[in-house]
Order: sequence, then C-alpha cells, then structure tokens
Amino acid sequence: MSRQAILDSIRRGLRRGPLPADQRAMLEGRLAAHPRQLIPARSRVPRPEQIALFLRNLEKEFATFERLADAAAVPGAVAAYLARHNLPSRFAIAPMLADLPWADRPMLTPEARRAHPDDLVCLTHGFAGIAETGTLMLPSDPARPTTLNLLPDTAMVLLRASDIVGAYEEAWDRLRAAGPQGVWMPRNVMLVTGPSRSADIEQTLELGAHGPRRLHVLLVDDE
Amino acid sequence: MTATLPAPRAARYDDLMQIHSPEFQERARHALDDPGLQKALGRAKEGFQVKRAAAVAGLPEFEALRDTAADIKNHTLANLDFYLETFAANVEAAGGRVHWCSTADEARAAVLKICQDAGARTVTKGKSMISEELAVNEHLEKHGITPVETDLGEYILQIRDEGPSHIIAPAFHLNREDWEETFRRVHTDLAPDRVFAERRDIMAEARIKLRQKFLAADVGITGANFLIAETGSSVIVTNEGNGDLTQTLPRVHIALASIEKMVPTLEDATSLLRVLARSATGQDFSVYTTFSTGVRRPGDLDGPEEYHVVLLDGGRSNMLGTEFQDMLRCIRCAACMNHCPVYGAVGGHSYGWVYPGPMGSVLTPTLIGVDRAGHLPNASTFCGRCESVCPVKIPLPKLMRHWREREFDQHLSPQGVRSGLGIWGWFAQRPGLYRSATGAANLALRLWGRGQGVFRSLPFAGGWTAGRDLPVPQPGGTFMAQYARRKRRG
Ligand code: SF4
Repeated sequence: MSRQAILDSIRRGLRRGPLPADQRAMLEGRLAAHPRQLIPARSRVPRPEQIALFLRNLEKEFATFERLADAAAVPGAVAAYLARHNLPSRFAIAPMLADLPWADRPMLTPEARRAHPDDLVCLTHGFAGIAETGTLMLPSDPARPTTLNLLPDTAMVLLRASDIVGAYEEAWDRLRAAGPQGVWMPRNVMLVTGPSRSADIEQTLELGAHGPRRLHVLLVDDE
Repeated sequence: MTATLPAPRAARYDDLMQIHSPEFQERARHALDDPGLQKALGRAKEGFQVKRAAAVAGLPEFEALRDTAADIKNHTLANLDFYLETFAANVEAAGGRVHWCSTADEARAAVLKICQDAGARTVTKGKSMISEELAVNEHLEKHGITPVETDLGEYILQIRDEGPSHIIAPAFHLNREDWEETFRRVHTDLAPDRVFAERRDIMAEARIKLRQKFLAADVGITGANFLIAETGSSVIVTNEGNGDLTQTLPRVHIALASIEKMVPTLEDATSLLRVLARSATGQDFSVYTTFSTGVRRPGDLDGPEEYHVVLLDGGRSNMLGTEFQDMLRCIRCAACMNHCPVYGAVGGHSYGWVYPGPMGSVLTPTLIGVDRAGHLPNASTFCGRCESVCPVKIPLPKLMRHWREREFDQHLSPQGVRSGLGIWGWFAQRPGLYRSATGAANLALRLWGRGQGVFRSLPFAGGWTAGRDLPVPQPGGTFMAQYARRKRRG
C-alpha cells in the first residue's frame, strides 16, 4: 500500500531505515514538550499595555470594540449596538452565553444555537485574545459552535480582559490546560484577526468577502 | 506569430493534460505585448512589495524568525517519516482518515471515491494549489460531480476556464473590467444593466452567488498550509472565510495536502505563521487561521461528520537527499514571485503550469519532469531577490542553476548544447554581459533555424528536439531585450 511506499521512499532519500528507538523517543519527547521557539518581544509588556496593544491591533485590522465594566452590562451594550447599526433584535448566541441577564432587555431575542445562513448578527465567546496581532482564539465546543464565527454579516465576540494574553503560545497553553488530557484539541480552532476581506480584485482590499463584514468585540474588564 | 495563446488550465491529466511549460518563451513574448496583463502586473509593487517591506520593518525579530522557520522545516524533513506516522495516528484518533497517495492518479482516485461514497453532486472548494496540481476539478466533472471554487479569485478563473497565475492571488492577471465583463456574461439571472460602482459591488455579487453553493454542497475540499503531527490537525490560512465555510458546512471535509506540509507542534506552526502572512500579503496575520482536527464531537452543533486527509507524495520524497531537498521547506507564501523581475514582466501564465515564478522554476521540473519544464530554470536574471525575501531561506538561484546542470546531463548530452548553455550560465552570473550576449546567441539560433518557425532538428541537439518542437527565437529578440525595450518605452 502507498503508505509503506511513501515511507520507504522518504527513508531512501534520507539514507536510513526506520528511526532507532532512542531517536524516536527523542522526537516523542519534543512533541510532548512542544518547545517554544523565538517569541517576538512586542507583546512582553506590562499588563495594561498588553491590553492596549490588543485593542490597538484590533482596530488596525478593522475590528471595533467597546469596554464594559462587567458581564451584566453585555445585554445593554448589544441592544445599543444593534440599534445604532439598524440591526434586528433577534440573533444567534453561543449557548455558553445563554445565562447572561438577557431578561433585562426584553426587546432582545437572543437564540442559543448554531448560526443559520440568513443570520445578520451572532454573538459568541472568545476563548482568548492575542495581543501580538489583535487575534481572537475561537475554539469549537458544543456550547460555542463554529458557524457563529462565519455566517453572520456582523460577528460580535464577548471577551474577558483576563483572557487576553501576549503571544499565540500563551493561548495554546491555556487551550491545552482547558481540555481533557490527551483530547484537549478542539475539533476546530479559529484564530480570527479582523473581519473577512479580499484583495483578489486588483489587489485592493475590500471588507466582507464570505465571512462577517463587521467584527465587534465586547471587552469585559474583569481584572 | 500565433494568435493569443489560451491561458493554461492547470491540468496534468491524461487527455485533459495541458502542460505549457515548454512554450515559456513564446508565452513570455505575448505577455510583454499584452497591455491588460502589463497593467495588472504593475500592481506587484504597491500590492505586495511595499506591504511586505512595511510588515517586516514592523517586526524586529523577522530576520531571526526566518532562521527559526528554516530550522523547523529542516528538522521536520529530516524526520518526515516519523512525523507523518504520528500525524496519521492522531488524525485517526480524532475520527478522521488519512489516504496515503504516492501519485497524482492515486490522489485523484481517493478524492473521487470519497465524493462518490458521500453521494455528492456538488462539491465546494477552498483554494488549494495541490488541487490545481491534481486537476481535481476536471476529474470530478468527468465523473458527473460539480466542483465550485469559492475563493473569489479562483471562482472567476473557474468561470473563465483559466488557471491561476499566482499562488496566493490566482486572478492577479485580471483587471476590474475583466471581472465586470465576466460576471455580466455568466450571472445572466441578474439585470444586465446593473452598475458596478465599486469593487465591493463585484465582490458582493460573488458573495451572494456563492452563499447558495456553500449550502448545497455535500463535500467541501480545502488545501492545507500546514499539517500538525502533535494534534493531527490540518491548517488553512485565508482572508475571505471561504475555506472555513467549505470545511464547516458540508457533511464531509477533505483536506488535500502534500507530505512536506508537515510540522511537529502548534508552537512550530505558530513560528511559521509569523513569517507566512508578512511575506505573502504584508499582513501581520491573515484573517482566518483555522486548525481542523477530526470529526464533529458529541454534542457539537456544527462541523463535518467525516474528515479525510488526502496526503500526496507526488514526487516530493524523491527530492529528499538531493540538492533539491531545500525546496521542500517552501510554505507557498509567493514572496519570491512578488519580487521577481521576470515574473513581474511576463506573469504567471507564461510558466505554463501550476507553480510560477522562482519557486515554480525549481519545483515544476521535479514534479513534471525536466524534459517538459526544462526552460523554466532559465527564466531568471539571477538577481537573487527571491532568495533574499524567502521566509524559509531557500537558495532559489542556486537550485535553478542545479537544474540547468542536470538538464545537460540528462537530456542535452551533445557537446554543442553543453558548451552553449554552459556559456549561457557563465554569462547569467554576470548580468551586464548577459543581456547583450544572449542577444547574440538568439541571433545564432535564428540563423540555424533558417527562417522557419520551428526547429525540427537542431544540428547539435538531436536527442532534445526529437520529441518536441523548439520555438525559434523571434526577431523581437530575447526576453531580456524586449524587457529592456519595454522599460525604455514605459
Ligand atoms: S520559495 Fe520561499 S518565497 Fe517562494 S513561495 Fe516558497 S517560501 Fe515563499
């Protein structure tokens, strides 16, 4: 079968047989340790500056944000955002966010589910924010479906300030720690940096290609 | 002179096979005289070079990261068998399947079988150069399955029946007028007199058209920028989000990847990602970098129920242990072509197959044979810019020189050619002399051709011309001579 043929051909090229046990053990050790490589210094700054860097990079990538004092303020902020942009009050939310005090805003109809193709607005939960490039880490989970990140015209993301880290590597470590040993890697992990775009027409940037045209982050200051 | 040459489709596929690499010189000559193409190519500087330079300037560690990136790839290649086996075990642990394919034929068959088993009628596709290499679309169509390209650039090329001219900006050769004309011609259900006031109106039309396709598709096919051994993940990097819709909405996801896409860990992938977007588009990070691992988990509300990785060797393992091993570090960022004066003058279609520019000149002969792509390693001024911007430090000019040497050894044994091209190589390293000298050599070839359009047999290259025609250099002069004239004109 081709598996063997490919492995044989690789070994022929490398002029060796299968790796001896000690070398395999060394490589397995490297996988288990997953050593960090060079990490740029830009995100290794004091905490308030790290958060400011994250927000600066969000804006550089055409996302918007607002800062909220606590999670209880989320329904009000969502209501105001929707009104400001003339968006419908019925929208999809990550089931993870179903227990926010939505009842405070009876005009809103949040629906805890995956996204539908005709959804104009979705709200999901950001697992981490990465200051280095203003990137959101959005891992899939039964309570955080992937389609919420992709299908709506306006994607909103709730992120806690305490979940902002400096470099990607720190977010990976948090993700490793969050899941069960051995199967911690979620089915889908999206690193999202700004709203969807394309420069395929004359190398000129336009927002809103297939994914969301707007990306709005609700940052809860929990630190 | 012939009429306009067809833009090459990317097929390498029995009767559909169209490899146009041997026509490089002829295509290049046409390209230089094509005002639309020249207008499009003029965007390389602002569109790519300036942006890359700004992104690189913004990251003091960039040069050090190039070394890191090259080291990671070298380590992976030296242990590729181990990492591939680890990757496959982890894909299977996450409920996916790996299809090991030595050849393009096997890979096409594997893709078709998965689609047929899924009862697929339509298949959406994210951008994948491996798919171009395999001519997956043609193969599926031949078996009654409709493939739909969803990357904006790939979408317009599919409806125009053209191949990509660039590895990350497939429609780089088109102008806005081309987009408008094509959409009007093909989207006949829309008002013919509609106005495209802005570029975004063109994009909005494609978005609406493709939304319907995403929802109807039974299978989604994407490429992979990286495969991660540690987790068994395939990674795609896009700006549009089409790749994510492609791999999330249909019931079945197929990731097409060649064996050298492997990296050991998430940390290693992260280091490569730090140089990838900056080198490619000058972004600090692409909009969507997505890691797919296996099938929908219990309780998940979305995601594919089947996950397949079609893993292609396709001649790559033969590069290990040779002087071309370095080429397997390539992460397909396109910086080399974005900074190449030859690519910038003649565009991607001149190269005649899937991979253009310096990386294509090195890779294409390995994948389709030096007999069919032998011209390509000559398509260089040896200015060295490609190597200086390559994020994994591939010595592209050196590798192009290796090919030329091999070409003599394997196919051009008669002494006349050997010395002729040997002299060419000597001049090529001395750009000032090279320009006028190739003009002289060109003239000599034309005299030998005795005014006929094509050499059937050259006095010194019997073996080489036996199977194919060698175009006679046209009176317009060499590529470089035309290039210089055009520069003066422009
Ligand atoms: S050869 Fe280097 S510069 Fe060219 S596409 Fe590959 S990685 Fe990028």
